[in-house]
Amino acid sequence: MIEITHDELEPDAITARVRRDTNGAVLTFLGTTRSFTRGRRVLHLEYEAYRPMADNKLAEIAEEMRERWDVEDVAISHRLGRLEIGDISLVVAVASPHREHAFEACQYSVDRIKQIVPIWKKEYFEGGEVWVGSQEDDHLRKLEESAAGRQS
Amino acid sequence: MKLFAGYRDKVGASDVALDLPDGASLGALAREMVRLHPALISEPADLVAAVNQEFRDHDHTLAEGDEVALIPPVSGGARYTA
Repeated sequence: MIEITHDELEPDAITARVRRDTNGAVLTFLGTTRSFTRGRRVLHLEYEAYRPMADNKLAEIAEEMRERWDVEDVAISHRLGRLEIGDISLVVAVASPHREHAFEACQYSVDRIKQIVPIWKKEYFEGGEVWVGSQEDDHLRKLEESAAGRQS
Repeated sequence: MKLFAGYRDKVGASDVALDLPDGASLGALAREMVRLHPALISEPADLVAAVNQEFRDHDHTLAEGDEVALIPPVSGGARYTA
């Protein structure tokens, strides 16, 4: 299940959506907003999305996870709007019969979200604000190679 | 076309109209956009865009009524790669 919302994210409820008796491993990732980044104190953050493209891209990523790993179910929830420090901005819950698959698929999803989902965050500092971007392609490539190795 | 995040701030608008000849490519749109708004990005070829909510290459041909969006690097993320 894919969700983009301005409401507070509830990891337990989101995790419950993917749980089944056939799971051997259920992994929940929380992306949280941190107080210091690149040496500066962050006051709060603002997330915005291009919708429904962002919703479609999240669904695409869930599908990729199912194709590449032995994943039974995936739930991804992303929050928008103003977030305070320590808030949860992203929840990914992955259920699989096998923990290795859950770990790898989960890591892949988070990297991939930062690569193709049109959601942006603005960090507000004392005396300034900045839209954030960075490069994570190398990391993602390594995971894709690992997934390819598992399939063969 | 739609602008988001840093691009919206740089251009000062979230929606921009652009006159392009029939059959113009996404690359032509990118070049025109950077000509009008040099602050957007130094190299038009690096501009990432979606047409009708799908990432497209710069050789993609635009049609009347297409929804074009310029996509800045995503939150803590990287530029789109196919």
